Amino acid sequence: MKLFTKSLRAVDLVLVSRPLEYGNSQKTKREHMKNWLIAVAVMAAVASPLKAGDVTGKVSLEGDRPAELNLPLDPSCGAAFKKFNPGKKPKTRFYVSEKGGLGDVLVVINGIKGGKAPTKPHVIDQRGCEYLPYVSAAQLGQVIHVLNSDPALHNVHTQPREAGNAEKNLAQLPNGPAIKFDYQKAERFLKFKCDVHPWMYAYVSLVPHQYFAITKADGSFSVKDVPPGEYEIEAVHRKVHTGANYKGVKQKVKVSAAGGKADFTIKLQ
Amino acid sequence: MADAPNNKALHRFAVLTALTTLALIGLGGMVTSKGVGMAVPDWPTTYGQNMFLFPVGQWVGGILYEHSHRLLGSLVGLLTAIMACWFWGRHARGYAKWLGFGWVTLGLGLIGVRTQGAFVALASVSLLVVIFCAFKLRMAKEPIMWWAMLAYSLVLIQGTLGGLRVTQMKDEIGIIHGTIAQLFFLLICVLALVTSRFWKRVSEQDSVEVGGLRKLFLGVSLVILLQLVLGASMRHQHAGLAVPDFPLAYGKVWPKTDAKFIAKINRERMDPREFNEITAGDIHLHMTHRLVACSILGLVIWCCIAARKESKSPLLVKGADLWLGLICVQAILGASTIWSNKSAEIATLHVATGAICLVWGGLLTILAFRVSRVVRSDQPPGVVVNPEDRTNGVDPLLVSVPTF
Ligand SMILES: [Cu+2]
Repeated sequence: MKLFTKSLRAVDLVLVSRPLEYGNSQKTKREHMKNWLIAVAVMAAVASPLKAGDVTGKVSLEGDRPAELNLPLDPSCGAAFKKFNPGKKPKTRFYVSEKGGLGDVLVVINGIKGGKAPTKPHVIDQRGCEYLPYVSAAQLGQVIHVLNSDPALHNVHTQPREAGNAEKNLAQLPNGPAIKFDYQKAERFLKFKCDVHPWMYAYVSLVPHQYFAITKADGSFSVKDVPPGEYEIEAVHRKVHTGANYKGVKQKVKVSAAGGKADFTIKLQ
Repeated sequence: MADAPNNKALHRFAVLTALTTLALIGLGGMVTSKGVGMAVPDWPTTYGQNMFLFPVGQWVGGILYEHSHRLLGSLVGLLTAIMACWFWGRHARGYAKWLGFGWVTLGLGLIGVRTQGAFVALASVSLLVVIFCAFKLRMAKEPIMWWAMLAYSLVLIQGTLGGLRVTQMKDEIGIIHGTIAQLFFLLICVLALVTSRFWKRVSEQDSVEVGGLRKLFLGVSLVILLQLVLGASMRHQHAGLAVPDFPLAYGKVWPKTDAKFIAKINRERMDPREFNEITAGDIHLHMTHRLVACSILGLVIWCCIAARKESKSPLLVKGADLWLGLICVQAILGASTIWSNKSAEIATLHVATGAICLVWGGLLTILAFRVSRVVRSDQPPGVVVNPEDRTNGVDPLLVSVPTF
């Protein structure tokens, strides 16, 4: 306790650059309180990964991607799709790519621990008889909310591969309440599908920590707030790295307070 | 046995039930071909509502197929119940009669309860009834009524399996459901056959020698049944075409199945249906199905030759020739399933034709027994010969049918 008071005094000295007489007046007391709070904030800041940096980069696509296919929407779904996506054609989304990049790639730091516990649910929506987003990732422990913004009825059917994650198939009425999924095992590209509309799919990767990202259409990504250190970072694409456990391309990345950089190239042969 | 006045009506009713069953198999095939078996997640309810009250406006997308399959299944169940009572009423005597009627009524009543528990309980009792019927078949004087009761109990089991496949999300149940469907169809067709005038006429034909035809037909029919199980297993992997080309397989006589190759084909496959990934097992299953198809073709050609050689029965010769025709159509449909990238319509036609091929083989087999019985007994038509003589080491269940 003595040590604690001493350190507080020291903090006071540093922060306010004048000594304090304890309990002498209301003003000094308040002043002391304020300084004390600042000290706590500083200490908290040192302990927390504020100095952590973002790992950024781009996943480039090498080779010609096959043409996407038309989705066989039925008339009611076609109308809903048009409403949500005016001027767009319903197509498959196997290889999303812009400017030489590859989208929908899961970028994940391997073997890392710690980080924050998730607070918000992970939301995927059914709009125009399509799942949005098509490929996404959530932190383990994040409850997955599946919405239905369509005037149509869907069934939400999950097909996990990981033992311990149970298959579920639930009905969802038009604009019905969110269906919640609480999976407990990490799994890459857990499939969500609708059997009413057999072209409707979504893939959600469940990552055991917060250090992951999904690339944008141009291949760019940013894994936020990675504590400084050296890590293995992996880029996995659902279609390219198909197979038992979805093994992607890996590399080392050094992360400092200023962040880190990792570019990937995924080849299509 | 004397022709009862309503015999014709019963025969027509059995034919109607058989045709409805074929339609049901087609619709069920469509459900799996379209990959919409799970489009209605609940059972026996449909989206929380009583199945029979589910609004037509919501029969959309995959629900259309799955829901109408359930409704048509109920109709087949009802037709089978009526048919079972009809046979039962004609042949059963005394307390057995009322026991049978009681069972059918109980079954229909429990279906009305419409909870999963009631269905599972009903199916469990049905299984016991099936075993009991099979037991009675061996010694009953009127096996036909036991066949009919067996059909009714089987349809209850079949309906429950269809429901459990949805609620338990098990593809294995789907395979069993698909296989029982084929056997049930065969059973109904047998009932339709033995109530026909044709069946009576056959026994009055001139003596013919059949030699080893009976065993040959039976054996080939069993191979076809095996082939149907293989087909059902392929379809219920939901992996699309494990091999996309025909007659070659990935451009080879026998495809590679190493991990690298499997990864490559899964990577390169583009299909909006986003099938499950192909595994080495899927490819082996697919190739086995092709091999068995070839052997069936060879076996049925052999049947045609044997029918000419071993018997003078124009009926069996014609039957075997038509069988070969059906098998050829089925082979073309199988190839077309591949060439069309597993178009749902063609794949379903392939399923339905497969069922017809099995039924044709089954009916031909019992016809061969029927014809041979007349010959071997060397007695006036309609007289039952010594059962041991008749069976000739082959399953006596099939043989017991002709005593109707
Ligand atoms: Cu849907």
